[in-house]
Amino acid sequence: MIPELGHVALVMALCLAVTQSFFGLAGPIFDKPSWSAVAKPVSIGHFVFVCIAYAGLTYAFIQNDFSVAYVAGHSNSGLPFMYRIAAVWGGHEGSMLLWILMLAAWGALLGVFTRRIPLQTAAKVLGVMGVVSVAFMWFTLATSNPFDRLIPAPMDGRDLNPLLQDPGLVIHPPMLYMGYVGFAVAFSFAIAAMIEGKLDSQWARWIRPWTAAAWAFLTIGIALGSWWAYYELGWGGWWFWDPVENASFMPWLIGTALLHSLAVTERRGLFKGWTLLLAVSAFSLSLLGTFLVRSGVLVSVHAFATDPARGLFILAMLVFFIGGALALYAWRAPQLAQKGGFAPLSRETFLLANNMLFVVATLLVLFGTLYPLFLDGLGLGKISVGPPYFNLVFVIPTLPLVLLMGMGMHSTWKKTDWSQLKGKLWPFALATVLFTAIVPLIVYGQFGVMKFIGLTLGVWVMAVAFIDPVRYLLRKHSLRGYSRTMLAMCIAHFGIGLFVIGVTMVETYGIARDIGMKPGDVAQVDDYSFTFVGTRNVEGPNYSAVRGEVIVEKDGERVTVLYPEKRTYRVQQNPMTEAAIHPRIRRDLFVAMGEPLGQGAWSMRIQYKPFIRLIWLGALVMAFAAFFGISDRRYRVRSEAEAAERTPAEGHGKLQEGLA
Amino acid sequence: MKSRHQRLFAIGLVLAGVGLGATFLLKAMNQNILYYYSPTQLEAGETPGDRRFRVGGLVVENSITRTDGTMEVRFALTDEAHEIPVLYTGILPDLFREGQGIIAHGRMQGADFVADEILAKHDENYMPPEVADSLDHTRKQAAYGGDK
Repeated sequence: MIPELGHVALVMALCLAVTQSFFGLAGPIFDKPSWSAVAKPVSIGHFVFVCIAYAGLTYAFIQNDFSVAYVAGHSNSGLPFMYRIAAVWGGHEGSMLLWILMLAAWGALLGVFTRRIPLQTAAKVLGVMGVVSVAFMWFTLATSNPFDRLIPAPMDGRDLNPLLQDPGLVIHPPMLYMGYVGFAVAFSFAIAAMIEGKLDSQWARWIRPWTAAAWAFLTIGIALGSWWAYYELGWGGWWFWDPVENASFMPWLIGTALLHSLAVTERRGLFKGWTLLLAVSAFSLSLLGTFLVRSGVLVSVHAFATDPARGLFILAMLVFFIGGALALYAWRAPQLAQKGGFAPLSRETFLLANNMLFVVATLLVLFGTLYPLFLDGLGLGKISVGPPYFNLVFVIPTLPLVLLMGMGMHSTWKKTDWSQLKGKLWPFALATVLFTAIVPLIVYGQFGVMKFIGLTLGVWVMAVAFIDPVRYLLRKHSLRGYSRTMLAMCIAHFGIGLFVIGVTMVETYGIARDIGMKPGDVAQVDDYSFTFVGTRNVEGPNYSAVRGEVIVEKDGERVTVLYPEKRTYRVQQNPMTEAAIHPRIRRDLFVAMGEPLGQGAWSMRIQYKPFIRLIWLGALVMAFAAFFGISDRRYRVRSEAEAAERTPAEGHGKLQEGLA
Repeated sequence: MKSRHQRLFAIGLVLAGVGLGATFLLKAMNQNILYYYSPTQLEAGETPGDRRFRVGGLVVENSITRTDGTMEVRFALTDEAHEIPVLYTGILPDLFREGQGIIAHGRMQGADFVADEILAKHDENYMPPEVADSLDHTRKQAAYGGDK
């Protein structure tokens, strides 16, 4: 009964979404404010009904209602409670429902927090959000209904894929989707602006906090995915350039470019068409990602749907949204008036370079992801493009990006004085180079070109990130009155620095050894000795495991005892490697068991991962910065005049000024 | 800077970016593409010379043998028409087992395929698309009774 209620609620939500799209778009077009006014309350009702549908499916999971086909396929009576709730998004149908829930949540937030935006604009934005919602709910109801019954009901379910039974994966998809789907808001704002044919600084100020929020969620989602892959896939890598990872990373890259381009559009009224194009692209790449993952054209761990009808449906949606948006863009973008220029050396130029590099990086990743599909589709052979390609083509645009970042954040609008910029930064540049040349030599006793480049860039960005706020603090003894957007930018760039250092350290100083060990054997990795004591059998709630015991010592002193496991989940009978990790900010020690080699011996992977935590810490710092930036009061003012008051004066050659 | 100059400047930057991108792209692509070969193709002597490539198939039943005390393992891959012996040193993926469809990366050394990487996906029903294709091919040939 409850699943049927959920199904009905989803249909109701679809009807409300249709209503929302119609009144949201028709109201402004036929100039009927009373129509437009309908969109906001309907967006909230739409969210409520999606919540009911979602709760219905969750209830079916909690109650172990295996007469629901989706529950039977992705749960089991032995599954712990927490994973039953997470199992809702453990498969294709439920993931789509989560997508819809997130989209409705963003829509409802828009309905609540757009009081300062003129009704006609807000209605259009909600109208476009409604259209996106309609498409996804239609898709779900037509091709992937999670509420379908399975008659006769099986005695028990087929269980959740053991890989997904993990706390990291409980929060990874909701965060990722929140970000993915959040770009729909920026997309809707862009479409609304194009329908109006008007785009001003105020528009940029409306869309910035929404874009930043979506970007922050996406950042957290990607970082969680990477962290999960690190400890759960078992082998200690943190990024694999898997097509599914790329699908989430490309919207992130374009989203980052969009955040920077929006700064220029808000402060200088420039890059208007470009900003629109990025807003459209960010969401288009989210849709493309959904298509790649959901249609089964890529086969990987994540692609649980392999149904051509679904693929065709999403492809049609992709063509409709991307094609429609680009057609609108081609029609309207040339009409957007821009005034004012900038000198070849100015903050605008740095941000333009930032955008170019991000777009190049995205296109290179996109090319590597789609090229094999393209060749296969043309029957030109089956190839695979491996991580070396992506590592190379990604690092090349990002090196100048990080270098320029340190300079760009200290440049001024319109025109930057090179001698002032140089005067401000050269001590930091010198200190950075000396530091990264000498310290690794002392600590690790070795020097390498890649290490040097990576560390220099990371330390450089971190060194210059807080120059301005620190000077402000020294002058005024408080950060009161300092632009929060500026401070957020400093924090986010500091996070990039942490990330770059983490990546460099792991990739250049990391040690991985695969060895066979008998009980009593000792392996030496870096300064640590790993003694394999032996294994015993243990029972988990829904699995049996062989648990190894490895004593880790350094200089004769015990550091820790690690217990890696080889689990066999009872229902699906698949073996699973559960790595044991001893995490510290300075290094992770990582032990995973391979397979038995006979006579109690096992193959083991032992790894020393210096500073790997900085990779995820850096991402979290970036996400925090984005949320912090949203708290800037100038996003909560009613008029242009008030906004101007709250925004620090524009810098004309003064270096203190910031990128607000 | 006038807006016309500004536009020229922007276009210049775009072209420079695209040019740079394309150059590295082609270079990187050229070095890092792995071509797929089926055991039948290898049997017929088709190999990409010294380059690394991918081979896929089902792990032949009872073909897995280990050298005691080392991490060396030997097994055979089949596309149901031909078999190819594979030599690998290292940890095998969790779902590596007899009868499973897997992909190996590596090079030919004499008659052996020496793998440096073995991929098996985390799903017992999963079949790498390349392997599915070669099996399909073999089965069709068999169905036509070799009237080719």
